[in-house]
Order: sequence, then structure tokens, then C-alpha cells
Amino acid sequence: MTTTTPARLGLRTVALGYLVLLVAVPIALILWRSFEPGVGAFVESVRTPAALAALNLSLLIVAIVVPLNVVFGVGTALALVRGRFPGKGLLQAVVDLPFAVSPIVVGVALILLWGSGGWFGGVEGLGLQVIFGLPGMVIATLFVTLPFVVREVEPVLHEIGTEQEQAASTLGASSWQTFWRITLPAIRWGLTYGVVLTIARALGEFGAVIMVSSGFPGVSQTLTLLVHSRYIDDHNAYGAYAAATLLMGLAVATLLGMTLLDRKRSTR
Amino acid sequence: MTTTVTGGRGGTDVSALPPSPQPPGATPPAAPSSEPVRPAGRSGLGRVGRPLGVGVVGLWLSVMVLLPLAALTVTSFEDGWGGFWEAVTAPVALASLRVTIVAAVVVALVNAVMGTLIAWVLVRDDFPGKRIVNALIDLPFALPTIVASIVLLSLYGPNSPVGIHLNATQPGLVLALAFVTLPFVVRSVQPVLIEADREVEEASASLGASSWTTFRRVVLPTLTPAIISGTGLAFARAIGEYGSVVLIGGNIPRETQVASQYIQQQIEIDRPVNAAAVSVALLAIAFATLAVLRWYAGRGLRREEDSA
Repeated sequence: MTTTTPARLGLRTVALGYLVLLVAVPIALILWRSFEPGVGAFVESVRTPAALAALNLSLLIVAIVVPLNVVFGVGTALALVRGRFPGKGLLQAVVDLPFAVSPIVVGVALILLWGSGGWFGGVEGLGLQVIFGLPGMVIATLFVTLPFVVREVEPVLHEIGTEQEQAASTLGASSWQTFWRITLPAIRWGLTYGVVLTIARALGEFGAVIMVSSGFPGVSQTLTLLVHSRYIDDHNAYGAYAAATLLMGLAVATLLGMTLLDRKRSTR
Repeated sequence: MTTTVTGGRGGTDVSALPPSPQPPGATPPAAPSSEPVRPAGRSGLGRVGRPLGVGVVGLWLSVMVLLPLAALTVTSFEDGWGGFWEAVTAPVALASLRVTIVAAVVVALVNAVMGTLIAWVLVRDDFPGKRIVNALIDLPFALPTIVASIVLLSLYGPNSPVGIHLNATQPGLVLALAFVTLPFVVRSVQPVLIEADREVEEASASLGASSWTTFRRVVLPTLTPAIISGTGLAFARAIGEYGSVVLIGGNIPRETQVASQYIQQQIEIDRPVNAAAVSVALLAIAFATLAVLRWYAGRGLRREEDSA
């Protein structure tokens, strides 16, 4: 389509203006507000005991969620690609389900399943507090991150086919050996990409986690809950800006990591 | 039930980075049906390991995903169909659903226009710093939603340096939703525009069509499936959104309270049946949207196959 110069400039101005007002200026402003009182103030604000506890809790949740997602995600992808069983279509649909569910609805569903009075409410009697405890936050994060590893590994499995695996097993490799030596190396970049997505989402999840957390500062607050409670409960706007900037730094690092991984995957 | 067909719904929240910027309507790398038939013998998991593996995976997905949603659905009908209906049509619940849907429709339309425009500028225009602008598009997916809320409040909230106060207003709601849904249309239209055949456009122009006519008659029809898919995904994301609206929305019943905030409030005042009923309504809207998108994408593919 040939456009005249004024028309092109007009379109460019509208597009860039929209992006500047919606994304660029707000983000620049929050960075400026976080660092305006000096880097020292920023560091101090993200190193309070409550903030450190929140960072630790967020990382702990990531540390629990990632291995579970790797094991079950790869297992699910293998079952979906290699398996032949009734109900496969259903399994496909279930894997994508978490993408369609609002985070708040995730929280409500988990409360109704695991909370006192819920279907599995009995576990509380056994001394395992799921809702308003760490297990609840882990389960909520698992729910929202479940599709990532599956959906990144699945296409790679399709692509590599089964010839090499068959060759390995013909040569006498056990199925474990085949998995470790052939399948896993082949899917490693897809798997890594899925893990990065999982980490990013796990660190940033808010709606599902706030529903199932008791939200006590220093105990059951993740980084995202800290941002919220500093702004709403403590009226500490600066603290909220600083914690948000920290989260933003983590998110941008993830984004950069993904760009690098993407290049690696395409040159593979 | 969504991603495979539509490219990448990213996710419902926070760092919902789109798995990979596939064009909408793109088929997954290999459809199961096109797989070559292989011997049902050993591959991947061993002969013994496989049924066991499927069982474990099935159990895992059931406990993690299906059972919570089943508990939700059953609870919503605890007082029968009448109780469900009453909970969903309670004035404040209905108002929150209305606010949610109206805001999501507005945001979807804004995205359809602005997303297409931005994609066009990113593909067809050239200016210094274009790569940075391109990277900026993914940021809303990468940022946690609560950060999106804080970020927008710092410019449009009570401490606004430019004196714009959208805190606790409907425009504020739309702004927050526009922020988190920005990438959907841009990222679905962009690859189609890159692939588009420019010779047809040139032919149209050389035959005397104005650029507007060329856009409307030649470019737009090619882009329509991508625009619709991106807009639909943005809408589905917007109706369930919570984190980005929680600070800037204001949570004023009948005005700016969205359905997810209403649900959260009902849980807080210990009305689980009401919360579950509105949750089920929200889920139904999301599923219906995604089902329509899936049907639409499938229809497009079938047409392509027919004409090929």
C-alpha cells in the first residue's frame, strides 16, 4: 500500500502517541519516582524485613512450582504427543483450561475445594492448612502456570519424531536411558522456554494468590501482595513504587532471557 | 481449549508472555491427525511406563484443574438452579457483570483499531527506535498485573503530575484493561502483515485506487481473521482481569466494580454460593468467546483448504 508522506507521519504519530501515553510515560514515571530520592532509599525500601520475607516467599514458591511443572509438564506433553488413549482430546482441552480462567475464579475454586467446608476440607483436620497457608499459594500458582511447559515442549516433541528414540531402543537402551540421552536433550530449549514463562508468571501472579493467602506481612506475603498492601493498607506509595520497580526488573530480565532463548532456539 | 488454535493467549494474568508469536489461526506444528502412523511399540516412554504415565498425568490434571472447577460449579448450584439465578441476577452482581462486559467490549474495540494501526506502523513504516517500540509491546504481558496498576496510577492517579485523575472512574478501568491487553491484536496482526502480498496492493494502487480504498478493499480483508482473533482474546482476557484494575478501578458497586472484584468481595463476606455463581457466569462467557474464536479459525482454515 503506497501512502503519502503526511498520511504515514499521521499514522506514526497516532500509534506512537498511544504507546507513549499508555506504556512509556507511566513506566518512566514510576522508575523516576522510585529512584528520585536516591538509590539508597530504593535499596532501603526493598530491604525491609517484610520486603525480604516477601522476596523469599516468592522465590520459595517458584522453587516448588518449577520442578513440579517440569516433571508433570514433560509427562503431559509426552502423553499428548506419543500416547494413544481414549480421552486424549479431553486432556488437550484441560491443559489449556487455566488460560481461560480468571485468577480470582481460580482462587474461589481452590477455596471451595481445599478450604474448610470444601470437598477436601478434611485435610485441615490432619494438620495441613492449604488455604491461607503456603500449600494454597503453591497450588494457585501451579494452576495458572500449568500450561506453559506442556505447550512449549509439545511442538518440539512433534518435530523431533520418534526415529532416534526407536533407534536407541533397538540398540538396547532402556526407556529411561532413551529419555535421558535422546528425548531430554532434544527438548531442552523448549523446556527452558517453558520454565522461564513459568518463573515469570509465578513471580507475578496476584489475583489467584491473594485469594488463598492470609496476607500477613513478613509471613504470607509474596512480592505482588507486598506492592498491594503497601499501597492500600500502609498508604506507603513510595514503598509500593519501589517494590513494583523490583518486580518490573525481574520481569524485564525474564523478557531479555526469552529473547536470547528465542534466538538460540531458531539457530538450533 | 484455546491456544493451539489461536496462537497464544499468553495467559490470564501477570507475566502472560505469549508462548511464541505465532500468527493467529496457525495450526500447531503438526496436527495429530497428520502424524505418520508408527508402530504402537516402544517410543518415548517404555511399553510399561506409558499407561502408568498417562494415569499419573490424568490424575495430576484432575486434582489440579478439574476438581477445583468442579467444586466451583457444584457449589454455585448448591441452592438449585433458582439459587444460582438469584445469585447472578442480584442487582449488584448484575451491575458488576454489566460493567465488566461493557468495559471489555470498549477495550476490545480500542484494541482492534489501535492494535491494527500499531502493527501497520511497525511493519510498513520506518523510523529510528522502531526496535525499541517493538520491544515495548511485549512489556504489558511481562509485567505483573499489580505493577501495571501501580504504573498507571502514578500517571493517572491521585498524585498525577499532569493533573489527570482517572482513579475510580470508568475511563480508568478501560485504561487499565487497555494496558494489559495491548499485545493481543498487535502480535496477531503483525505476522500476517509481514507475509501479506504487496504486489496486489501495488496493482490496486496502479489501477487508480486511493490508499484508503486499497486498505479497505485489499489489506483489511487479509487482516480481518487476525484482527478478530486478537480482539477476541483481548476481550476474554479483559473480562477476567483483576490485578490491573484493583487499584485504579476503585471498586465502586454499580459503577466501577468489575465481576472479579464482586466475586472477591462475596468471598470476604462469606457468601461462597454468590461468589461461585458469578464465577461460573464469568467462566461461561470466557468459554463461549473462545469457542466462537475456535470455530471461526477452523472455518477460515477449511476455506483455505477448499480454495487451495
